[in-house]
Formats: sequence, C-alpha cells, structure tokens
Amino acid sequence: MNLTLIAYGIAKDILKGSESTFSIKGQPTIGDIKAKLIADHPAFAELQSLKFAVNQDYQSDDFKVSENDEIVIIPPVSGG
Amino acid sequence: MIEILVTTDKLIPQSSLDAVADPSAGGTTQFIGTVRNQTKGKKVLKLEFEAYVPMAEKEMQKIAEEVEKRWNALHVSMHHHVGTLEVGEIPVVISVATSHRKAAFEACQYAIDTLKETVPIWKKEYFEDGEVWVAAHP
Repeated sequence: MNLTLIAYGIAKDILKGSESTFSIKGQPTIGDIKAKLIADHPAFAELQSLKFAVNQDYQSDDFKVSENDEIVIIPPVSGG
Repeated sequence: MIEILVTTDKLIPQSSLDAVADPSAGGTTQFIGTVRNQTKGKKVLKLEFEAYVPMAEKEMQKIAEEVEKRWNALHVSMHHHVGTLEVGEIPVVISVATSHRKAAFEACQYAIDTLKETVPIWKKEYFEDGEVWVAAHP
C-alpha cells in the first residue's frame, strides 16, 4: 500500500518537507508505520512522544489504516 | 454554547468574553496566555505557532464539551492563534461562564491544561542564537 504521511512542527523538519510518501506491505497498523518511520529517520526516536492521527482523531498502535486515510504525524504538542 | 476559533488574526480577549456573556451566569473566568520574554534565562525574540487546524478545532471542541458536561458550564469560548507572535502578544484565550464561581475557575484550568496536552498545535521559540520546537525532546 502507498501511504502519504503529513507532517507538522518538528516532524516537518525531520522529513525536510510537509509530506512523506512510502509503500508498505499489506494493510499496516499505526505501529508498523511508526517502526518504518523511525527506521528511515532515527531522529523520530529521540522525541518526547510520537503520536499519529487518522482522519483527525488520535489512534493507537494497533489501529489499521486504509488506502485513503489522512495520516498525520503528531510530534509533542506545545500549544497555549 | 461553544465557540472555537483557530485564527491567524490577533486575538481579542473581549470578543471571547462577549461570546460567553449570559444573564444567568454567576461567574466568568478567562485565561489569557501571553508570550513570555525568556525561557530558562534565554531571551525570547518571538514565537511561531503552527496548527493542524481541522483536528485542533475538533480537539478544542471535545475539551469544551467536557467542560459543559462536567462543570455544567453555560458557555465556553476557546481561541488560539497561529502564526508569529512577539513578546507580550496573546496566543490563547479561554473563557468559561458558569452559574457559580468555583466551577468557572476549575473548568477554565481544565480547559487550558488539556489544550496543552492534546490539541495539535506546535510552537517554535526563536532565540538570539537559534530556534527550537518547544517540548519536542525530553
């Protein structure tokens, strides 16, 4: 499956862009995507936390993504 | 009533207060966040806020709904700025109107504390010798 990850904040700096596309076997979970992202970009492992949102809701590692989902990398938030 | 706003416009605390005005309110609290001039002794030049806007609005809505439910709030208004701000300017305004004052204080505190934990907004601090995404690293 081809996936596009959308990045904000420090994730954008690590990926050197606001989007990253890659292909991954089968129907991956958020956990699979996280592992792949860290393998490709070790800087993600150094963050205080690394969460993901699918279609604008936080999802945990066991959530399976589908082809047209909007997947966003959520590095540690710091609003307010 | 819930009012959620994520905007590049300058925040106006009075407009958030106006949004929660109600003759049955016994108290209204407002939290105004401002850009501090230093972090751990280092002079801050400016802050830049970035948001995943549709989800930020959705998460702020969830917080406001929880405030309505748990503290029986009459009205909740949450405004957040995106873009660049100078020292003293306002990134966030939250107003809560309730029947009694105790609930207004508690609810407003819950709203700002939870916003800082869950809402997908990021700030970058600019110093004289560089810049850093706040809270990104342990």
